[in-house]
Amino acid sequence: MKEYWRSLEDLLPAEEATQEKKSSVVLSDSADSSKNTRRDFLKYFGFSIASAAVLAGCERPVKKAIPYLIQPEEVKPGTANYYASTFYDGAEMVPILVKVRDGRPIKIEGNDLCQMTGGSASARVQASLLNLYDESRPTQPTLDGNPIRWEDVDDKLTETLASWDDTKEFVILTPSIISPSTKKLLADFKAKFPFVIHETFDAFSYSALRQAYKQSFGKAIIPSFRFDQAKLVVGFNADFLGTWLQPTVFGRQYASARKLTEGQREMMRHVQFEPIMTLTGSNADERIPMAASDEGYCLNSLYLAIAKQSGLMVAAVKGPDVIDKIADELLACRGKSLVVSGTNDIGIQTLVVEINHLLQNVGQTIMVNSPVNLYQGDDTAYDALLARMEANKVGAVMFWETNPVYHAPLSSRTEEAIKKVPVRLAVQSQQTETALLCNYQLPAPHFLERWDDTELVDGVYTLTQPAIRPLFKTRTPQENLMAWAGFEGTYYDFIKLSWKENVYNSNLSKGKQFENFWKVSLRDGIVVDTKKSGETLTYSSANIASVMKNNSSAKSSNDLELVLYQSVPIGDGTLANNPWLQELPEPVSRVCWDNYVSVSPAFAALRGWSQGDVVDVNGLELPVLVQPGQARNTLAVAVGYGRSNAGRVASDLGKNVYPFVTLKNGHRLYTIPKVEAVATGGTYELAATQSHHSMEGRALVRETTIAEYLENPAAGNEMHEKVEKLHTTLYHEHEYKGHHWGMVIDLNSCIGCNACVVACSAENNVPVVGRNEVRRSHEMHWLRLDRYYAGDTDNPEVVRQPVMCQHCDNAPCENVCPVAATNHSSEGINQMAYNRCIGTRYCNNNCPYKVRRFNWYDYTGADTIPNNRVDPAGMTLDLKRMVLNPDVTVRAKGVIEKCSMCIQRIQDKKLTAKKDGRQLSDGEIKTACQQTCPADAITFGDMNDPNSKVSKLLKDARQYGLLEELHTLPSVVYLSKVRNKDKNKTLS
Amino acid sequence: MYVSPVREPLISGEKSYSKVTEDIYAPMTGKPGKLWFGGLTLALIALGFGLFSIFITVWDGIGTWGLDRTIGWGWGITNFVWWVGIGHAGTFISAILLLFRQKWRTSINRSAEAMTIFAVMCAGLFPLIHMGRLPLGFFIFPYPNTRDVWVNFNSPLLWDVFAISTYLTVSLLFWYMGLIPDIGTIRDRLKNGIQKKIYAFLSFGWTGSARHWARHESMSLILAGLAAPLVLSVHTIVSFDFATSVIPGWHTTIFPPYFVSGAVFSGFAMVLTLMIITRKAINLEDYITKAHLESMNKIIIATGSIVGIAYITELFIAWYSGVVYEQYAFVNRAFGPYWWAYWIMMTCNVITPQLFWIKKIRRSFAATFVISIFVNIGMWFERFVIIVTSLHRDFLPSSWSMYSPTWVEVGIYIGTFGLFFTLFFLFIRFFPVIAIAEVKSVLKTSSEKFIKKGK
Repeated sequence: MKEYWRSLEDLLPAEEATQEKKSSVVLSDSADSSKNTRRDFLKYFGFSIASAAVLAGCERPVKKAIPYLIQPEEVKPGTANYYASTFYDGAEMVPILVKVRDGRPIKIEGNDLCQMTGGSASARVQASLLNLYDESRPTQPTLDGNPIRWEDVDDKLTETLASWDDTKEFVILTPSIISPSTKKLLADFKAKFPFVIHETFDAFSYSALRQAYKQSFGKAIIPSFRFDQAKLVVGFNADFLGTWLQPTVFGRQYASARKLTEGQREMMRHVQFEPIMTLTGSNADERIPMAASDEGYCLNSLYLAIAKQSGLMVAAVKGPDVIDKIADELLACRGKSLVVSGTNDIGIQTLVVEINHLLQNVGQTIMVNSPVNLYQGDDTAYDALLARMEANKVGAVMFWETNPVYHAPLSSRTEEAIKKVPVRLAVQSQQTETALLCNYQLPAPHFLERWDDTELVDGVYTLTQPAIRPLFKTRTPQENLMAWAGFEGTYYDFIKLSWKENVYNSNLSKGKQFENFWKVSLRDGIVVDTKKSGETLTYSSANIASVMKNNSSAKSSNDLELVLYQSVPIGDGTLANNPWLQELPEPVSRVCWDNYVSVSPAFAALRGWSQGDVVDVNGLELPVLVQPGQARNTLAVAVGYGRSNAGRVASDLGKNVYPFVTLKNGHRLYTIPKVEAVATGGTYELAATQSHHSMEGRALVRETTIAEYLENPAAGNEMHEKVEKLHTTLYHEHEYKGHHWGMVIDLNSCIGCNACVVACSAENNVPVVGRNEVRRSHEMHWLRLDRYYAGDTDNPEVVRQPVMCQHCDNAPCENVCPVAATNHSSEGINQMAYNRCIGTRYCNNNCPYKVRRFNWYDYTGADTIPNNRVDPAGMTLDLKRMVLNPDVTVRAKGVIEKCSMCIQRIQDKKLTAKKDGRQLSDGEIKTACQQTCPADAITFGDMNDPNSKVSKLLKDARQYGLLEELHTLPSVVYLSKVRNKDKNKTLS
Repeated sequence: MYVSPVREPLISGEKSYSKVTEDIYAPMTGKPGKLWFGGLTLALIALGFGLFSIFITVWDGIGTWGLDRTIGWGWGITNFVWWVGIGHAGTFISAILLLFRQKWRTSINRSAEAMTIFAVMCAGLFPLIHMGRLPLGFFIFPYPNTRDVWVNFNSPLLWDVFAISTYLTVSLLFWYMGLIPDIGTIRDRLKNGIQKKIYAFLSFGWTGSARHWARHESMSLILAGLAAPLVLSVHTIVSFDFATSVIPGWHTTIFPPYFVSGAVFSGFAMVLTLMIITRKAINLEDYITKAHLESMNKIIIATGSIVGIAYITELFIAWYSGVVYEQYAFVNRAFGPYWWAYWIMMTCNVITPQLFWIKKIRRSFAATFVISIFVNIGMWFERFVIIVTSLHRDFLPSSWSMYSPTWVEVGIYIGTFGLFFTLFFLFIRFFPVIAIAEVKSVLKTSSEKFIKKGK
């Protein structure tokens, strides 16, 4: 029979097959497999189950948190450190405290040791923190676009300086230097290299103001203004609460002179003449729209009226009635009044100085003996510099945090002049338009990464200290100079030495050694040498006749004129690449993310324009915003927008109007006469956070006049009593055995500067949503400043109201949430459990104040679904996320969020008090909005403590709850606004 | 049995029991027509689009809708209330009319009940997808958990969850109860095969014995008793979503009765719209007659008038209250930026149904069809007006804003139509559109043949 084989094993001889089997014994245990017992099976079974379980447990990649090898002395995980420092961006100087958590600066607060600011800070100061984490910052030095090492930069520059052709200048163009050490360093540098010329360039020019004081007092100064000492302030085109000079300081002074919370019987009166509705004008007791070109005429008339009554022999010229009335009022407040103008026109500023002199305000409200060192720039000097550049007399120019190509293009004259300079260095912490023209890019650190000092007013010193090591390969301009000049040591050593030699004296030391003094100064951040005072200046009359002649003495024609102004959030545009500032609504127009041309309602009606129509203004296309209160034939556009090279956020937002700026009498003039504007037929949607501007007769902001208030403190607030009488409920009321937190907002103090909004965003990780989302009313701010107009559209009265969660004791949101994600704390706070929220938005619908915010998209990156982020401002980049406050949850998509009354701050201070074994003291807890408020309009505290400031304010007859008639029992209480005007008699 | 001569016959034509079965069973046999396939395809396309829109909503966020910081609910909740309202007719017809022994209900109850279930399914979708965090939607159920968190029984949204789920369950049970004898009939007519097995399973062993009938009857009565209060409670609770809030235009005690009558009103309109097409499409003219039409239109006049009175009462109370917010809310409804929505609502809901006072119109299929569509539109706008125009201008003028839907919201709405009609097309193919057994029960008293004999 044939033998069939089934497999090779069958075919092969039997021995071979067994041999092969044997050889594989080593490799596998198959030889023993026949011997496998039940016990083995169970073993293997058990092992595989166990290993499967273990493996399943190890599925995620292991991320190791590496502890510090050497624990830094100051860093305690979870505990914030505060470092005193100074904010200075070339415009405003504010002493600050930097909150640092685990090595990251996460919040800026005002330094409360500073008497001028009292611990407050403006919106821009608050927001400047985010510029530190700006991913668009220049990160390393380059030469002609190629990366280069700092050592090579030094070699090249040292060589350049060593082999310098002495016929040419080496120009260092800086913003106003307020640092005494830097000034000394520059002097040393100039001493070593005599061809070095230091020029000052301010982004926004105030040079006429300085020159006016030079004419009248012999020295180009900006005096200290004391709005708090004035009983009557008359402003001409000066937005001193928003942008002019030192808004944070002035805002504080202004509010303190108008407070009525401590039984004051008087408040400062404020009259404002202005072409556009500024933040300041909207706060004025009386506001008179005035074309910018009429300012000279108005001031001439005012001067004449005052001069005449002061006994100076001047020909009588009848001015407008309103000016005569103002003159009378001013004369009645001699020595207690203040006239200011924000126009960069030497004639106007000279006249203002003269008027104040006649009114004996100098030395009372205008302190010429303690000048402010801001804005040292002189436009005529800049003009001369350009001329020298054009004449090829400049061999090198170093742009030290200056950006003249953007801020003063002077119809591309600046650009052409710069191109003629062979060596161009950009020493800048941010991207700028000027840097594009430079061959050397030498990135500078952000101010939170470096050392510096300031002397704002003679004898007031502050220090700037780094709160973080430089994030990028940056070096301060000072260090550059020291390296190139071969000076020994670091700039820190230089400052210390300079303080030892110049600041440290017997008056300040109080017996302390210098080291000790230095440490205390560094801790405090501010040192005030009361004995040091400025030069005593005496008045010497200017040639007033010629000044007045130059000021147009008649009312202008009906030509259309364009006013360029700084908006409150963006200012001169230096910090424009900042999502917090871009998203901050302009306090008057409530528009963000763009600039626009504002027009008066009458003019808009005349031309048939409405909001959002695109018009062509002298070749620049801009959307229209109809602005009640604007002078009739005035168009106005904010500067600071249209940055072509500012970084990811600001580039190409809005339009740049700096090219319209011309020189008049050597000063940059921000009013452009005779412009043409035609509609293009296009439309553009502005991102406005408020579209309805009337209170519709509802008692939301309650107000009265000072006379009525003095007669009856509850004037304007009569409704409160009526509502209180009806106070009753079927349900049990909350019982607060411990604290009962409350907040009082004084509407009479609030100036609407919006600093609180940015402070809140920074403290509470509030998302930035971008222009498109704001257009769709998706903005996320927990705190907003409602602004309403009343009366005549040509010159309306303006009221403002900060609105955040009112923490109602009878909260409509709480009982509608199906999952109890929003509930009431035992201390009266309406709290959100983000983890519990499923996003039905019912609470938001039922909130009468509309303060709840829904995460419409994944704005923060906290969502688990991939690729769905809406983050136009790059806020979810790792670098920018460093700004997040680790004490506050980052909210995910689909969750409602809102003001928590800074619960993390409450908890922090409660724990501190508990650890110290003491009672919380009143005022210890400050909410972010309260802390930054220059006007001290917000007070937070325990309503259960009868001695707390809040409890005292609650006894004020001006207090009322917003929509109190709904019986929501809000824990946020408002104090009504009081205007210092006669109800029946107005100026105009 | 004596039948009053003024009673119109409910079934026309010479019908025997077997004829009834054949007539109603006919659309389920043979190959479905082109019309059916075309309709189902359209419905499936709409459903697909809706599913895509829902996907976008869940993936990208509610930001894809036109809502904003002031207007938290828009088309989504409008559609929810509208669909719930549509559902009410089914339960009203099957439960309340059963308890009132209205014989004319037998021809329409099956499809009306089916419509109820499908409409409630469409409605139930919206509260789910309008949530910002759908995957965590289960938080809304009071389930025991280790975190000691519990739902908020004060919230009308929670009541909604219970109301809608109870409603869906009871409606489904009631509908299925009625189907059992008919499924038995179909099973018996089928030859062997998988189909027969399925129907045999679905018939729960129905044999038609007296005992089965007795139990069926009593169970129907019990379920009717359970469902009848639901007709009133479900929309009452839906109205509480608004009535218990503080928003002017929502905070109104009139809402419960006004919502319930509005719901029955819109539900009847929807039943009419569908029935008028269905009876033509599948040749059931003998079973759904002018008598049915007239009876239903009478209910439409009644409920429509209640709704009209409610509108006027709201206006009066707003004025009478003296509350500025309340007054403004109603002035804003009529003359504000959404005036057109208000006047569409007023015209469609208050004026058009009054045409049914004219006998010719209420007995005309064509006219009824047109008016029923008007009512559907009007009732949708009623919810839109209540939700959007109340929210968009509430207490603080600073927050006022405007709303318009995005394509995503429109897509989801279209999608619910897709879902509704997909289910409806499958229903008319696989189940008898008219309750065979129930029609037979009134054949001897109300059909044309027997009434004539009675003379």
